[in-house]
Amino acid sequence: MKRQSYQGVAVACPVSVPYTRYSIESAHWWIARALKDLCDRAGFHHHDLDGLSVSSFTLHPDTGVGLTQHLGLTPRWLDHIPMGGASGVVALRRAARAVQSGDAEIVACVAGDTNHVDSFRKLLGSFSRFAQDASYPYGFGGPNAAFALLTDHYMRTHGATRAQFGSLCVDQRTNALNYPHAIMKKPLTLDQYIDARAISDPLHLFDCVMPVAGAEAFLVTREDIARDLGLTFARPLATIERHNAFPDDPIQMRGGWAMDVDELWQMAGLTPEDMDVVETYDDYPVIVAMQMEDLGFCGKGDGANFLESHDTTVGGSFPHNTSGGQLSAGQAGAGGGYLGLVEALRQVTGQALGAQVPDAKRALVTGFGMINFDRGLCSGALVLEGA
Amino acid sequence: MTEPIAPPPRKDPQKRTRTSLLPPVPRSRAALQMSAAAARGELSLQVCAVCGHLTYPPRDACLACLSASLHWQPVPEAGQILAETTVRTTTDAYFRERTPWRVGTVRLDAGPVLMAHLQGDVTAPARCRVRAMLDKSGNAVLIALPEEDTPNMADDPQFRELTATPKHRRVLITDGRTAVGQAVAQAISESGASTVFVGIATPWLPFDGQDRLNAIPNAEIVPLDVTDANSVRELAGEIGGKTDILINTADHVRPGGVLNRQGLATTRDEFEVNVFGLQRLAQHFGPGMVGRGADGIRAAVALVDILPVYALANWREFGAHSASAAARHSLLQCLRGEMRTGGVRVMSVFTGPVDDDWRQPLPPPKVAPEAIARALIQALENGTEETFVGDIAKDVATRWRDDPKVLERELQG
Amino acid sequence: MSVLADLATQIATGAVRVVDLTHPLTPDFPVMILPPEFGQCQPFRMEEVSRYDARGPAWYWNNISMSEHAGTHFDAPAHWVSGRQLPNGTVDALPVESLVAPVVVLDFSTQSAADRDFLLTRADIETWEAAHGDIAPGQWVLFRTDWSNHVGTDVYLGMERDGAHSPGPEAEAIRFLVEERDIIGFGTETVGTDAGQGAHLSPPYPAHYILHGAGRYGLQCLANLDQLPPTGAILICPPLKIRDGSGSPLRVLALVPG
Repeated sequence: MKRQSYQGVAVACPVSVPYTRYSIESAHWWIARALKDLCDRAGFHHHDLDGLSVSSFTLHPDTGVGLTQHLGLTPRWLDHIPMGGASGVVALRRAARAVQSGDAEIVACVAGDTNHVDSFRKLLGSFSRFAQDASYPYGFGGPNAAFALLTDHYMRTHGATRAQFGSLCVDQRTNALNYPHAIMKKPLTLDQYIDARAISDPLHLFDCVMPVAGAEAFLVTREDIARDLGLTFARPLATIERHNAFPDDPIQMRGGWAMDVDELWQMAGLTPEDMDVVETYDDYPVIVAMQMEDLGFCGKGDGANFLESHDTTVGGSFPHNTSGGQLSAGQAGAGGGYLGLVEALRQVTGQALGAQVPDAKRALVTGFGMINFDRGLCSGALVLEGA
Repeated sequence: MTEPIAPPPRKDPQKRTRTSLLPPVPRSRAALQMSAAAARGELSLQVCAVCGHLTYPPRDACLACLSASLHWQPVPEAGQILAETTVRTTTDAYFRERTPWRVGTVRLDAGPVLMAHLQGDVTAPARCRVRAMLDKSGNAVLIALPEEDTPNMADDPQFRELTATPKHRRVLITDGRTAVGQAVAQAISESGASTVFVGIATPWLPFDGQDRLNAIPNAEIVPLDVTDANSVRELAGEIGGKTDILINTADHVRPGGVLNRQGLATTRDEFEVNVFGLQRLAQHFGPGMVGRGADGIRAAVALVDILPVYALANWREFGAHSASAAARHSLLQCLRGEMRTGGVRVMSVFTGPVDDDWRQPLPPPKVAPEAIARALIQALENGTEETFVGDIAKDVATRWRDDPKVLERELQG
Repeated sequence: MSVLADLATQIATGAVRVVDLTHPLTPDFPVMILPPEFGQCQPFRMEEVSRYDARGPAWYWNNISMSEHAGTHFDAPAHWVSGRQLPNGTVDALPVESLVAPVVVLDFSTQSAADRDFLLTRADIETWEAAHGDIAPGQWVLFRTDWSNHVGTDVYLGMERDGAHSPGPEAEAIRFLVEERDIIGFGTETVGTDAGQGAHLSPPYPAHYILHGAGRYGLQCLANLDQLPPTGAILICPPLKIRDGSGSPLRVLALVPG
């Protein structure tokens, strides 16, 4: 059966609550700020929301349910998406269907986390059963160690170099310097990247995201409602989602995108070359390289090469992670899974907070999340077009 | 190649002794079963009883056929290291003071892919052996070792965290009056311990093997009567702060059960040594050891008890002795939890009937004291929590795991 | 009653000295060693119950346990098979008059020093009597060997492959004291009233066999016998009143003319 299009769905109101390295506030506080900003921009009261999609790691002991009472919402459609880096794409595709079917009219999608001084450690300790049993007792390196192993294997297999990954990180830092909310405010040179201290070999300091507190949000509604509200919006053309892809690969060399990439471009009726902006999930450079391959921008094993051979800054030949990505903007927990989507929404609707990619109309957004044990399990992608 | 550890310098009296920290403790119930196998030194993984799929990490249903019949089965240790990293930053306090820490991704030839600690002599990509061992938290972890043993392999700091090897350590053997105590003292001395304290009760009574003890170069005879709280307290006061491994060789054994004994005097003697003796030792030496679980190269590392396998099920011929062994076993289980808080492992070495005067009328097989000593050294070097020495002990353990109630009937003849 | 008042005065003034003939009860004080297949004599043990701590904030006390025959101790007739049918043979039933009585001390410390297996003979006693007078009936006889000086050393038990080695009486000597001198009991500094090698005498353990068979008592592990005169002292040696007890640790005192 052919998948239905997302016709009539509007995505609007990109919201980013400025990040802080640490916060004494709760996830509830951060999510509330994002919602408030969202509603202010949309011009309605938050009581008017009839749908809510929440993603957060630090909401415990609450879920989206508790949040409704906490924030005074009475939605008729509620979703809680625990997919970390894949949350944004997944939230959008679920909300889009709800709106299309009439189960809801105005859905606020929000992701946010606080970052207490010790919350990252606590989060790791209870992240997943497999991690608890089979990875954290091994040095407790968290995602750094997991990605270090993937990176080590990728470099070993494809001959990728640190300098190639470095070119990506340096470009993203350049983008971040124009993005007001980025946590990283100083320029980064390739030498600095190469000389940085090792975190978990072969990963060094600038290969790793910095956990921060923050929140991101966007609105999903019908086009007619968006127009009535006078909102600038974009249309989702295609999405994909996949979990635990290629379980027989002994070590992760590709994400779920590789399973669904053809469907993504078919549904969008576009090709990789048609993209004006690409916002990938970038908690570590290696996964960006894999996405270039899996989403059709280059051949398998050529991802790092591709990144090095392109100028991925806003003004470059391949505008990518235009807000600096998580590597330079910071990783606000589940908000990291929204960062690229919210930025893409701004870019294709001409609302960039920092540098605007000229005439950007179409963007590819990806999500990737949840190192359950040795690899990321959730992947998703979205093609977004400014209305 | 691993550099041999140099004998540690004397302790700096101005430095605070580090508090023992533990690597992450929580495990799922399924993972605890892997720990149970590792406690015996086995690498066991789950295999599906329906489709035969071998799986890791521990789970509750087969990913190939969704059957819930997963059984633990020893698997071959050969594998290939696919990737490695050196963790230099971690939010975990235990690992933080032990970085850099090397881990790798290993594919077992048997199929599953796992994360493992890397012994210093292995680097990716390479063939390796994967062992399941207990870490300081008492849980199973996997470590990749070189395909063939390398020189000084056990001196690798990551490997040494998982063992209780006597090298450079000071060891107390609680009863040197018995052949077992003497064999253990000799073996410990030969395995590189820096000092071997050997306890002797009632020193005015001569005993067989005195000369043998005196001939052990780094043995030091100390007065110790485990039935006397004072004696234990005094010795702990003297050497408790430098006892890195305590090996309890004391065992009071007499034939007989309940009805063929009159009164409690003999049974009480057995309990005084076997149960209360262990408790006295633990109470006076345990806290010091727990406090020194992270004291550098010479950290306190193990309390070892040598006890009859009839701790698991009563053997009528030595029924009262079995009862004391059961109580002893139970105390060890308690201690295991208590001492784990300091990263000190409590190890049980279960033996069949020892080839001594008290078992003289019994037919073979019997366990030679030297065999016990060898097994004990191996247990320390592998850090195993449970060791069964000799054919009878292994047989009893197998039957016990199969069905304790059937074993009870078998032993009661 | 003036006798007792006089005695009290003389004790107070030192005209009569009170000598303690008792060793401290310690866990490492040796006890009689029997072949291991027999029931064993449990040495003195002490477990602290509380010491001004969480187990009892304002008080200190211990639980103690031991054999009836641990430390300085008293043997009642019922201790030995030869005395098993005698009336009043247990410590709770003894006539208390026997427990406060005159005592003579036979000093054979020189001979014992020369030969750890020294055996006291009837002739030795007769020689002693020639010097100090005959032993009157109703007295305790203590055999001084200075063996108490060896407590804490291997010499005390003198345990070797062929058993213990320490001085003691021959059967004839004990028979003489019981039958011809009618003593109350016989006391030693060694771990038993018999010699270390007493098992090889005839009858085996003659002091135990003959003394208890005749309703007489034994005292062992005594100390400070060198502070007693050969004659003229009073021994005070009441054992604990243990129902049906075969003996008991006790505090042994002597009243000695200053």
